[in-house]
Amino acid sequence: MQWEVVIGLEIHVQLATQTKIFSGSSTAYGAEPNTQASAVDLAMPGTLPVANEQAFRYATMFGLAIDAEINRRSVFERKNYFYPDLPKGYQTTQLAEPIVGPGHVDVQLADGTEKRVRIHHAHLEEDAGKSLHEDYHGMSGIDLNRAGTPLIEIVTEPDMRSAEEAVAFARKLHGLVTSLGICDGDMSQGSLRFDVNISVRPEGEEKLGTRTETKNLNSFRFMESAIHHEVERQIDILEDGGTIVQETRLYNGDRNESKSMRSKEEANDYRYFPCPDLLPVVIDDAFIDSLRAQMPELPDAKKTRFQAEYALSDYDANLVSSNSAIADYFEQTAKVGGDAKLAANWILGELSARLNAEDRSFRNCPVPAERLGQLVQRISDNTLSSSGAKKVFELLWNGESADVDELIEREGLKQVSDTGELEKLVDSVLADMPEQIEQYQSADPGKRKKLMGGFMGPLMKASKGQGNPKVLTEILKKKLGD
Amino acid sequence: MHNKTVAELARDLSQGTYSSVELTQHFLNRIKQEDTRYNSFITVTEDDALRDAKAADERRSRGEATPWTGIPFAHKDIFCTNGVRTTCASKMLENFVPPYDATVTARFRDAGAVCLGKTNMDEFAMGSSTENSHFGATTNPWGEKLVPGGSSGGSAAAVAARLTPAATATDTGGSIRQPAAFCGITGLKPTYGRVSRYGMIAFASSLDQGGTMSRTAEDSAMMLNVMAGFDPKDSTSVDQPVPDYTANLNAPLKGLRVGLPKEYFSDQLDPVMAQTVRDAVREYEALGATVKEISLPNTHLAIAAYYVIAPAEASANLSRFDGVRYGYRCDNPKDLMDLYTRTRAEGFGSEVKRRILVGSYALSAGFFDAYYLKAQKVRRLIQQDFVEAFKSVDIIMSPSTPSPAFALGSNTDDPVKMYLEDIFTIAINLAGVPAMSIPAGQIKSLPVGLQLIGNYFDEARLLNAAHQFQQATDWHQQSPAG
Repeated sequence: MQWEVVIGLEIHVQLATQTKIFSGSSTAYGAEPNTQASAVDLAMPGTLPVANEQAFRYATMFGLAIDAEINRRSVFERKNYFYPDLPKGYQTTQLAEPIVGPGHVDVQLADGTEKRVRIHHAHLEEDAGKSLHEDYHGMSGIDLNRAGTPLIEIVTEPDMRSAEEAVAFARKLHGLVTSLGICDGDMSQGSLRFDVNISVRPEGEEKLGTRTETKNLNSFRFMESAIHHEVERQIDILEDGGTIVQETRLYNGDRNESKSMRSKEEANDYRYFPCPDLLPVVIDDAFIDSLRAQMPELPDAKKTRFQAEYALSDYDANLVSSNSAIADYFEQTAKVGGDAKLAANWILGELSARLNAEDRSFRNCPVPAERLGQLVQRISDNTLSSSGAKKVFELLWNGESADVDELIEREGLKQVSDTGELEKLVDSVLADMPEQIEQYQSADPGKRKKLMGGFMGPLMKASKGQGNPKVLTEILKKKLGD
Repeated sequence: MHNKTVAELARDLSQGTYSSVELTQHFLNRIKQEDTRYNSFITVTEDDALRDAKAADERRSRGEATPWTGIPFAHKDIFCTNGVRTTCASKMLENFVPPYDATVTARFRDAGAVCLGKTNMDEFAMGSSTENSHFGATTNPWGEKLVPGGSSGGSAAAVAARLTPAATATDTGGSIRQPAAFCGITGLKPTYGRVSRYGMIAFASSLDQGGTMSRTAEDSAMMLNVMAGFDPKDSTSVDQPVPDYTANLNAPLKGLRVGLPKEYFSDQLDPVMAQTVRDAVREYEALGATVKEISLPNTHLAIAAYYVIAPAEASANLSRFDGVRYGYRCDNPKDLMDLYTRTRAEGFGSEVKRRILVGSYALSAGFFDAYYLKAQKVRRLIQQDFVEAFKSVDIIMSPSTPSPAFALGSNTDDPVKMYLEDIFTIAINLAGVPAMSIPAGQIKSLPVGLQLIGNYFDEARLLNAAHQFQQATDWHQQSPAG
């Protein structure tokens, strides 16, 4: 049987506000446990929440970016459950009246086609703290630094049909929130967390299959492998005549396996009700209009501009505009390097490959954009051969901070393109190779190309690798009577 | 000294008749001698009080005194006091010392008032008799076998017994007005949002409001001058100018429009109580008021709506008492569930547990619409009743309670009968309007309270009407025998 995969996502985005959503505590990551938890965050008796206006600005900006309805009135509710890292015994969140209503995100897939993913809504809520179960001799440690960090939870419609589509959407969303500046995008620190709802159904069937939710996927790679894993698991069960249990599952990316966290029956009755400590928040058109006026350039607009301004292909423009870090890097490189197409090639080729291999991002790229720009410049003006460029790049990647021109000088990588100088070199090398010349000249034109290599080796050696191979080839051909 | 009002003590202090240290010592001595009979204090802060009195005397000598500088008073033990244990009369918080002041506490501190200690109450303000206290019941100075009312029974008894000139209190469904009536003193529940709830341990957030317990309306006006005002730490506090509540006390009442709701004077009202209250109203007519019958048609729904909304909010508000971060924790929990269940089973009293259960039930899946949503609709109808009524009258008058103080233990086995004690006061909290109870007669030598209900933010008019009544009568000067 042919199966159709149906995927919907819930994404928790930590907002890059300075302070928490309901208190004045700092949201900075990585501080000593419980040093960023005030009486309000600790839910001390009598303390009260006060909503952070910046969180509403960020949520509204997100809503504008996905062309969504911004609800003029939104209401915080209490979601009641007990857990040690949830100090109040309820999470303050939005349910019936979220800040962001329905919207959509258009995603370009690898084959160039466009896919629209509808957003059901996005709501504001507070993050919980962290429970630490190791190193406490059988007890658990509670760190409330994260408790109260503002989040928007984005809920999509079940519009994606493959892992590829889901990941492309996730990357697009990542690009969107980082371009907006509302999230630092650091998935390894949990700034962006993906929960994936997956079901399968026979091709052509309209009714949705029973879904499972896989929680807290903190890299695109894990997300992709988790979806493949879960789809396979569900199809195996169904093809063996079994049924899917609606449940929450936890995926272990290092082992590529998943296990059940809790089934629907075990789910809490959260007893939601409007939080009486927080009045409904009403925003007006002026609030929205002022944010609309301040919106930064978003990936789609950037892509269009890159195509026009830098003559990039649709494919390249889509990739270098996908998030603000890579887009900024590209523009800086192109500005210094001059040749935008070449800059894009280097960024999407060698540099991306190296960053991916080490799980790094453009934000903490070891090669500054200015240096890559200099490298591009020296390639395009023929100062560097491609092998010389690779050598310079290697030095830059390993933390060499010197100017590219200095490196070329120091490492003797400057390419010689002067025709007169190279003619002399060719003459002196050919003088020692009469047999090979004869062999070449008597060979079929079809075999000559191969024999040409026999001259280039000694020529490059004689020029200490600095001869411009293109120029050398031309001279050589002339001398050999081609 | 202990028979003087706050206004009189303030005059004496400013004239140097005695010092704050002498005055404070006098009240501390009285508490030591008398309170073994009433149990109106949970904690007496002798050292802090004398230190603050000394500081107040010094402040006065520098010429920086406010009307409250050096005046002794007491806080209901629901207001957090920095460095002084705050129990809410619960085993759960028996040893809880907050590292912060409630906004109300801070305001009295800034004014230079001298806090004598923390008064007894029903646990977490749930009750109408101050019998639900982990620290034992408070008795009524008008009769040792009588309850003082509740939940602010400690504050009411302490003021009536002249152990403190005044005390703070809170009112969620009548917790200021009913004990004020039972103890023959003056109590004011301000408009919801007039006094900050920050640091006031929450029972039902949308109903709780801090207020005053004093012997006279003038003293309540002086207290409200300190307590009222917007607080950025409480999102539900209202940013509206605060008048000088003492400024208008002597305005004549000629033309004051008084409404008597027919639903409050039904056949079921004890005829003696009805007559006593009508006599008091006649006094207002003598002062120039016009009286007419009005209708508050949804009155009969108030108790039912209240006992859904208040427990629902309480069930979430009390979730933070989980034994994890502060407060009582059971011995040797064997796992997380055991920690939660035994901590809460052992730490809360039975009335608190009853209300958590009722509230959790009302919010649970399948019942939410029938209980919580319906109760909210009723609440809006009740609000509308008052809005309509205040179009044609300035003040609504009624009994504060169905009867004078009842005997200790007489209602403890019948929660519903206990809940009906608040039949005249509860609708006021649902509507959010301000109301007072003032001594206005006696039945069998026990004080009877007249309830004055005002329009939103019309506390000044209530205080004016109460003060004029107290200029014309001497019910407020009656003191318990002994």
